[in-house]
Amino acid sequence: MKAPPDTGLAALLLSPALLIIAVFMVVPIGITTLYSFLEPARFGGVIWEYSPEAYIRLLFERDIFDDTLSFSTDYLRIFLRSLMQAGVATLLCLIIGIPTAWFIATRPDRQKTLWLMLVTVPYWVNLLVRTIAMLLILRDEGPVNETLQLIGLTAGPLPLSYNNFAVGLGLVYSFLPFMILPLYAAIERFDFSLLEAAYDLHANRWKAFVGVVLPILRPGVVAGSLLVFIPGIGAFLAPDILGGGKTMMIGNLIGQQFQGSRNWPFGAALSTVLLSLTLIALFWSARRAAKSGAQVL
Amino acid sequence: MAFLDRRNKDIRNLPGFGTTAGLAVLFLYAPIAFLALYSFNAGWSISQLEGFSLRWYKAVFANEGIQNAALNSLTVAIIASSIATVLATAAAMATVRLRFRGKEVAYGLINFPLMVPEIVTAIATLIFFAAIGFRLGLMTVIVAHIVFCIPFAYLPIRARLASMDAGLEQAARDLFARPFVAFRRITLPILMPGIVSGWLLAFIISLDDFIISAMVAGPGATTLPVHIYSMLRLGITPEVNAVSSLMILASTLLVLISAVLSRKTKT
Repeated sequence: MKAPPDTGLAALLLSPALLIIAVFMVVPIGITTLYSFLEPARFGGVIWEYSPEAYIRLLFERDIFDDTLSFSTDYLRIFLRSLMQAGVATLLCLIIGIPTAWFIATRPDRQKTLWLMLVTVPYWVNLLVRTIAMLLILRDEGPVNETLQLIGLTAGPLPLSYNNFAVGLGLVYSFLPFMILPLYAAIERFDFSLLEAAYDLHANRWKAFVGVVLPILRPGVVAGSLLVFIPGIGAFLAPDILGGGKTMMIGNLIGQQFQGSRNWPFGAALSTVLLSLTLIALFWSARRAAKSGAQVL
Repeated sequence: MAFLDRRNKDIRNLPGFGTTAGLAVLFLYAPIAFLALYSFNAGWSISQLEGFSLRWYKAVFANEGIQNAALNSLTVAIIASSIATVLATAAAMATVRLRFRGKEVAYGLINFPLMVPEIVTAIATLIFFAAIGFRLGLMTVIVAHIVFCIPFAYLPIRARLASMDAGLEQAARDLFARPFVAFRRITLPILMPGIVSGWLLAFIISLDDFIISAMVAGPGATTLPVHIYSMLRLGITPEVNAVSSLMILASTLLVLISAVLSRKTKT
């Protein structure tokens, strides 16, 4: 077989970008996986000796005195909490996002641009700043609690901040535009004249919506869910700033291994597991999309 | 009244959808609007307005820590987004215009930084620099930022290039003969709006980053989000509100510029 004609030039043009990503991203991830099988040094870093301890620690607790292992759900619970929080946030984003994207996509062109702009701008505002803003709103002395007390709905402040509720809401707040935009793109591609026939046949527009439109939404739902769920599992800022003692997520646990408690191999093992989960989710949805012939991203 | 009946059945107008959209936008804006409002507070409080004042903005501009961090952030964002844009433009030219084997792999690798959770990128980069014995500083932040800026710069450039008529370049090449001249005289000017919006996106993404910068910044290389995060140890102050509001203003302006540019190019 003859080599395609442009291979040389393509290599020349592509190699700078690909080399940078390979050297500073792919190789580091490889080294991280390697580090996850080494012994931790006391103040960060590693000792070059093989040890599966980091992975054992994920599921078992080692007795300090006699070294026996006992099953422990401490870290497993953090993983499950991360999955739950990201899952709930994705669901909430879908519930808010589908009507919102639908509404925007069905506006006349000029209004559409304005609405899209309104959704896009917050997405580009610094995530740390947005998370701080969310904390300001949810605090005991924040406007939500003050208003509730002013109109006499509650006697004291509701516990809106420093708990799982606040983290969940923070995740929705962080990633809602990620859901709306791909949903919008899916609806936008849809030819509404085709629907004329559908809703003439159906008894009402709700039936038409559920029966005809939801399948069309699917690529948008898949893309949006990935864009919310994946950064959601690994979120650091929302649980860190809006959460309290019992709301830690994987991202925070990983961060801790490199700041406070300093166990690099354990942090590396956690990262490896998190990345594996993420890539599995991505490939799974990509394969499903390929089977159904739809474009995901 | 057949017209009304039809409108009533129109799936485009489902009851409650407009309200949901309105509430969603309110939900997106209320917290940042509230934060901005209290940055103008005359008092120390972040829950009681005591009159209008710019004192916290003055405090921000007099704060050396914030100044240094802002300067670092700008340096990193300008260098990283510029390098990423050049690399992304070359990569886009190759993936859109050329035929070669392994295009899928190249495409996947360029978008790889988008698939890895940020916290994983952060600690992997930290481990990498530690493993090769490279001292953490501003340089490490810049390198880390270039990597994740590449796909953000790449996507709008690729989109622009894909919608561009390749026949123009072909015609130019027929006349000028040398491909580089054709690129500079024909492709580059038409591609420019895509390049600018790619650069802007990369720039904003670089300014936005917290966790990767926090992990790989050496002493003295603190970026603005990392500095604001460290200010939070004393709780949220009106000064935090003021510097945050400035960041909101900056990114909003950049997004509007990018939107205006991409709209101009559509017509």
